[in-house]
Amino acid sequence: MSTPPRKLRIATTSLAGCFGCHMSFLDIDEHLFELVELVEFDRSPLTDIKEVGPCDIGLIEGGVCNAENVHVLRAFRRNCKTLIALGACAVNGGLPAQRNHLPLSECLREVYQFRPGIANGQIPNDPELPLPLDKVRPIHEVVRVDYFLPGCPPSGPAIWKFLTDLIAGRTPRLSGGLLHYD
Amino acid sequence: MTRQFLLDGQPVPFEDGQSILEAARQAGHYIPSLCWHKDFPAHGSCKLCIVKAAGRHVSACATPAREGWEVESNTPEMNGERRGLLQMLFVEGNHFCPSCEKSGNCELQALGYEYEMLSPRFRHFYPERPVDASHPDVLLDFNRCIFCELCVRASRDVDGKAVFALTGRGIDKHLVVNAESGRLADTDFSKDDLAAHICPVGVILHKGPGFAVPIGERDYDRESIRQKKLRDEEASS
Ligand code: SF4
Ligand code: SF4
Ligand code: FES
Repeated sequence: MSTPPRKLRIATTSLAGCFGCHMSFLDIDEHLFELVELVEFDRSPLTDIKEVGPCDIGLIEGGVCNAENVHVLRAFRRNCKTLIALGACAVNGGLPAQRNHLPLSECLREVYQFRPGIANGQIPNDPELPLPLDKVRPIHEVVRVDYFLPGCPPSGPAIWKFLTDLIAGRTPRLSGGLLHYD
Repeated sequence: MTRQFLLDGQPVPFEDGQSILEAARQAGHYIPSLCWHKDFPAHGSCKLCIVKAAGRHVSACATPAREGWEVESNTPEMNGERRGLLQMLFVEGNHFCPSCEKSGNCELQALGYEYEMLSPRFRHFYPERPVDASHPDVLLDFNRCIFCELCVRASRDVDGKAVFALTGRGIDKHLVVNAESGRLADTDFSKDDLAAHICPVGVILHKGPGFAVPIGERDYDRESIRQKKLRDEEASS
């Protein structure tokens, strides 16, 4: 009797993202049934596992905006054989990176001190809170990234094509209507 | 007797003085371009039209065709160079397509799709380029300027106004508005100028239309830039 092939292990996380890419991942709909035959999930919002372990594929949504993002991203890089930037924010910083031309202190003061309706506001400084970085960075500026899957978010069909290519051992290819930056 | 050169092995006829790019497009072959426009002299700045002619890299828009030349264009080597140029253009400005009104109608983005640019590859510059929303009809978002000077040329040579200019050198190069205040509202620029309709990317945007045509139903959502440019060429000849 032959043993069934080992399932690939996938971890996913959202750094400075909005979880839109994860929602789009769920948008592969009934392909999810096919997918769970082929893969199992490690750390991911879908499993609630808190620390990433050794994996075949890591999917990173969002750019890097604070110190915790850097730690999580590095842990993913150490543990994942193949690391993928999933979506516009992981690829180029996206919406959060639009604060990059403003001084960080100004952003914080604007939100926590000067916003209409706030009295005696203070910039939060609880030691539990991760320190924000001065600029939001796409993930390839922090660790080596194997593949990029752009889109805001990448569509369900694009994610499915990408993953099936990868699982089948092909170089993932997005062309024609599947490649979008918006 | 018509003269011809070989483009990726295929004969392309040309007339005296025609550039490699013009002759190729006329014959129904696509060589990409960004800063080139058929109504203006070649500018030669974006280099997307790069081809190998007689063994040397040249800009197809600015190089006159020559009898018997062997020109390579649609090859992995040339397309790889184009991808690299696109990646540089993307990281040099602030291109956040999801929040850009030009998305789907943008030539830079469409070329990214055509040459399967998946990653920015380089480090982003994140330059600081404030927008100018002073004009009642038109917004200028300098974050996306690729310095093709199409607006400069259109305003100066066709509209007769010289509203725009490039200034600074190298990495400090940027587009400026010719008014003492530097604001578009303080010029005689009008939304009906050719310069208001010529930007290949999302800098010169008309206020109002916004996302009236939704993302997903725009020019390059429907066809590739290769298809569109060849179709436009056919329609104009
Ligand atoms: S100008 Fe083009 S490439 Fe730049 S953000 Fe807008 S759609 Fe994207
Ligand atoms: S504003 Fe548009 S047309 Fe003018 S130089 Fe910049 S990219 Fe070219
Ligand atoms: S199209 Fe030839 S250099 Fe821009």
